[in-house]
Amino acid sequence: MEQFYVFLQQLINGVSLGSIYALIALGYTMVYGIIKLINFAHGDIYMMGAFIAYFSVSYFHLGFLSALLISMAACTVLGVLIERIAYKPLRGATRIAALITAIGMSFFLEYVMVFFVGAQSRAFPNVLPALRIEFFGGKVFITGKELLIYGVTLFLVVLLQFIVRKTKTGKAMRAVAFDREAAMLMGINIDYTISATFALGSALAGAAGVLVGIYYSAVNPLMGMTPGLKAFVAAVLGGIGIIPGAALGGMLMGLIETFVIAYGQSTYRDAVAFAILILILLVKPSGILGTNVREKV
Amino acid sequence: MKKLLSKKNLAILLGVLLLYGVIQALISLGVLRTFHQVNLITICISVIMAVSLNLITGFTGQLTLGHAGFMAVGAYFSAVMTVKWGMYFPVSIFCGAVLAAVSGALIGLPTLRLKGDYLAIATLGFGEVIRVVLLNTKYVGGAAGLFGIPRLMNWTWVFFAAVITVVVIRNLLWSSYGRACISVREDEVAAELMGIDITHYKVLAFSVGAFFAGLGGGIYAHYFYGLQPGTFGFMKSIDYLVMVVLGGLGSVTGSILAAVVLTLINVVLQQFSAIRMILYALLLILIMIFRPQGLMGSKEASLELFRKLGRRSGHGSLGSK
Repeated sequence: MEQFYVFLQQLINGVSLGSIYALIALGYTMVYGIIKLINFAHGDIYMMGAFIAYFSVSYFHLGFLSALLISMAACTVLGVLIERIAYKPLRGATRIAALITAIGMSFFLEYVMVFFVGAQSRAFPNVLPALRIEFFGGKVFITGKELLIYGVTLFLVVLLQFIVRKTKTGKAMRAVAFDREAAMLMGINIDYTISATFALGSALAGAAGVLVGIYYSAVNPLMGMTPGLKAFVAAVLGGIGIIPGAALGGMLMGLIETFVIAYGQSTYRDAVAFAILILILLVKPSGILGTNVREKV
Repeated sequence: MKKLLSKKNLAILLGVLLLYGVIQALISLGVLRTFHQVNLITICISVIMAVSLNLITGFTGQLTLGHAGFMAVGAYFSAVMTVKWGMYFPVSIFCGAVLAAVSGALIGLPTLRLKGDYLAIATLGFGEVIRVVLLNTKYVGGAAGLFGIPRLMNWTWVFFAAVITVVVIRNLLWSSYGRACISVREDEVAAELMGIDITHYKVLAFSVGAFFAGLGGGIYAHYFYGLQPGTFGFMKSIDYLVMVVLGGLGSVTGSILAAVVLTLINVVLQQFSAIRMILYALLLILIMIFRPQGLMGSKEASLELFRKLGRRSGHGSLGSK
């Protein structure tokens, strides 16, 4: 029974981590779907989200909800600005040039933050009332932080799905991702649609940043690097360009990582994530939910 | 023999020997101190890494983000051979490079079926796996690193290793193998229809590139006294990729130029350590926005090009070949 409790507890932790990965992976997958760019700066937008929430909570003493909304709004603006300034001029260039620009943008955000706030970790103030729901006589418990992460993630994923499936902008996004030129010929404003995609993706990354700040109670300027890479892996795992795939991939990634830490060696956590990625790519490169596209000549 | 001893080749040989001789003389006279020597060695290692990565990414068109992984294989294996098994160091560096080539082929065979970004991510994953495995292997020092490697490398060894790398890769590229690699980059389907075994050439490019990356790693190990797994992370791969893209995908001389320029820029920026990375990042973004094809595009710096430039702007010197 003891084993079972440990398993349940790890499941709860894994879903929290998975939710955060899922939120970041969604932005990756949307941007990749629409302009075929691995947006390396995405992980750093998530870091910026965490910092904006940190500043609004510790210096302006705002509550959780307003901090979350401010972070999401600021990240939206940041994401759109990055796209306009750095990626738009390169839309006609080779993909590798765009990739290097994205890496440059990532360095830029990271080290601007290091310059202004220092590289050391800062403690994220506690904004939630201490809540702890216990099961099986306290052997398994779920905290308010975790419930909040589940709730916010679920809400945002459903909202995103609604925007992409039911609104006109969402339809335009899907059209541009499917065939940009045909979409342009149908009178869809490409620039606006791509900006909207960055806006949505960045808002989600901002939310993920706030949640991670609350969950781990710490923020630092380089926190975006590894989760960013892993979230991209998660997006590939689920099938890149597919929104439910990113959510699924993120969740799996979080669970796998948590269980590796719990049952294996925690130092191998990063290696396992990438090893799984390589395996998935070998067996089914289009990802779990992807369909194989036949190559046309 | 007549072709080999053409005027052009002799001129290049003379230029290379002159460059070596001048710098060696300056080192012997004590003009170039340890600080300068370290930077010269770093430049040579960067040249080896960038040219070998250009073979994979620039000429064969396979985007990889795990080049530092091969460097780690070469560095660690050669260091273990020298330090723990007492081998003569050129042998161990060579064996490290061979092992890197073998791992390149092993990784290449299954993953090269993947295209574009998928390959990039798979190689990124490979690089990270290598780093984490090294981090967890007690025999090579784990997270603390492997230390006590004697400094057996000097300017002569490293310079000629770089020259040999450039010559071998350049000649490979200007042969039928190189043309086949370029055709794979241009259009896989068309290349296949012309009877080119795509996988064969991809694996070839991958293992040759990995061999020289391993060589670069071995040199690094035998110059900088110690190795740490963190040195060979994702960022290192990116550093070299930046050199390749900045120099121009598909330009050997471009890679050399970019390796020299970027290493020097890094040295200069070290004075402004606080904003070093910010400036570096801005530089990357600006260069990519205003010159996405890289400094040289797919052209090679040659005497012809200098002549053309010279006619246009009086004189144009672009540093070493």
